[in-house]
Amino acid sequence: MTTSLRSLPTLLARQREWSLLGLMLVLSLAVWLKAPQFLSPANLSQVAILAAIIAVAAVGEALVVLTRNVDLSVDATIGLVAYAVADLLKLHTLDVPAAIVFGIGLGLLLGIVNGALVTLCRVPSIVATLGTLSVYRGCAYLLAGGSQISLSDLPPAYVALARAGLLGVPLYVLLAAAVTLVAGLWVGRTRFGRQVYAVGSNPEAAAVLGIRSRLVVFVVFGISGTLAGLAGVLWGAKYGTITAAAADGAVLQVVAAVVVGGVNIFGGSGSVVGAALGALFLGLIANGLVLVRLSQFWLQAIYGAVILVAVAADAVIVRRMLRAASERRRAAQSAPGAGRA
Amino acid sequence: MSAPVTHQARSADAGPRRLELSLLGRWEVLLGVVLLGLVIVGARLSPVFATAQNFSNLTAAAMEVGIMALPMTLIIIAGEIDLSVESTVGLSSAVLGWLWAAGVSLWLAVPAVLLLGAAGGLLNGLLVTRAGLPSLVVTLGTLALLRGLASVVLGPRAISTFPTEFTAFGFGTLPGTPLPWSLLVFALLGLVLGVLLHATWLGRQVFAVGKNQSAARYAGVRVRRLKTVLFVLSGTVAALAGVILTARLSSARADAGQGLTLAVVTAVLLGGVDIFGGSGTLLGVVLAVFALAMLQNALRLADVSTQLQSIAVGLLLIGSVVVPNVVIRFRRGGGTR
Repeated sequence: MTTSLRSLPTLLARQREWSLLGLMLVLSLAVWLKAPQFLSPANLSQVAILAAIIAVAAVGEALVVLTRNVDLSVDATIGLVAYAVADLLKLHTLDVPAAIVFGIGLGLLLGIVNGALVTLCRVPSIVATLGTLSVYRGCAYLLAGGSQISLSDLPPAYVALARAGLLGVPLYVLLAAAVTLVAGLWVGRTRFGRQVYAVGSNPEAAAVLGIRSRLVVFVVFGISGTLAGLAGVLWGAKYGTITAAAADGAVLQVVAAVVVGGVNIFGGSGSVVGAALGALFLGLIANGLVLVRLSQFWLQAIYGAVILVAVAADAVIVRRMLRAASERRRAAQSAPGAGRA
Repeated sequence: MSAPVTHQARSADAGPRRLELSLLGRWEVLLGVVLLGLVIVGARLSPVFATAQNFSNLTAAAMEVGIMALPMTLIIIAGEIDLSVESTVGLSSAVLGWLWAAGVSLWLAVPAVLLLGAAGGLLNGLLVTRAGLPSLVVTLGTLALLRGLASVVLGPRAISTFPTEFTAFGFGTLPGTPLPWSLLVFALLGLVLGVLLHATWLGRQVFAVGKNQSAARYAGVRVRRLKTVLFVLSGTVAALAGVILTARLSSARADAGQGLTLAVVTAVLLGGVDIFGGSGTLLGVVLAVFALAMLQNALRLADVSTQLQSIAVGLLLIGSVVVPNVVIRFRRGGGTR
């Protein structure tokens, strides 16, 4: 029975990943029946590319949420990085590789600011990142000053990123998969990575074990900023037309992907793979709406409903599993010989 | 036998509470000083600032945020949060416009919209208290859901054919004074909630729930019902703010109120309310609402761009938590180290 309790988070995460895959299959089938063009390579890569951008940011957000924090500033980071990179490219200050490195570095810097506010200044993460959300967005507006950068201003090499691919698989998807894989291995297989779960599931116990939880939280915010920066670089290359309001409101999609992906908002359980799958799921919904010609106005309402259903499902599953575990324990106690623990 | 125990507990509790109270007292004094400073600086910046007309304008512009900050104060003190208020404003505005365009009398449409806001609040409350879900995620969900419904109802249209009696409620003033109507709503609501929160057993229950939820439950507080009522109140008041905003702009739009949640939460936290619940005063929040309004007005008069204003608001939000933290650490450091 101790094993069943210990593996509860893992079980939950696995269950969520498989049920998400199943749901996506059903959804795809339904959309395909109504609109056969769904399965065209052009449409599939379109869905995957858009989802990949959100997935990259969602992996970072998942790490933050695993430590019982939240990063609401991701969309402002994406927007600021996308605009800054595009601006530098337009002015020919940097060449494409240098601008990409700059963008990711800017994301890291913004993440470090968040991490410092949360760990050094002890500002609750929701307040700190709500504040930096408007500060970062304000900086983007300040930088842009009302102007916008269009596709023709950008060097072809940058825009080509969104169309690049290997053996028919878009570069963005490969990148998102690599990010998810590395992050998943990091939190799953390394000593420092496991501490992310420890800090989130029981901060007191983590402190007793000698885990420097503030360092873990700081690092995780840095990673989240870096990945949001990468997402910003990808965003700019994909959309081409960039204003200071780029990616406005995307934080909702990112957090929704994390929650739908089965990461517990109270930290300690869930997986980055789930978060990436969550991003793909939301992307499929958005694409499906377009293909079956439902009004785009429904999209946000559906995202909201999906978030609510996902957290409610989490609560129900956790409750049922805990009840099952305690019943098993009771059965084992009442009949020690017959206990099937 | 139990008497000495409770006595001990009480005296142990009194220490930190006294520290907190004195700190809060200072916080409100500080806000008052800031407010005064803003008036002086504003008057120096522009001759327009210290006129009745300007004060009337800046008050009218701040009232939607102010009105929503009042129930938000209670919710945050009770240890929860409601991020969905700005979307309730949008839904309220959209449905009001839709009903008016369909020929429904405003005497019917406004109560209907308030009921809708209450229903949205009830949904939040039930999901948080009955399903046991975290309010941060629930209200993030309804933030998207309600905004989505608003745009489904009205689409990209704007309804601006409201009668002048209604729009006068938005930008008109109380007869014979430069005070906008919405200030009256704010004052009445603030007075009622202030008395409820600080002078009745109901208010003490709100603080108790925020300080220690299980202790409050064992002491007989109906935690679920209390929180549900607070969310319903927040939804209703946000819908009212939507009506006021619609009247003030004399236009109903689905995207009305976008971004207001940030302003509301900023006002509450700047007012000295603890984000983790259990402490804060309504007076502090009221002062913070006016301080924010004056700051934005002074910045606008000084020709500071709106972008810089949003940076200033964000920094204020962070600063409102960092500064007390530093003060507390400084004091504790002086006492123990």
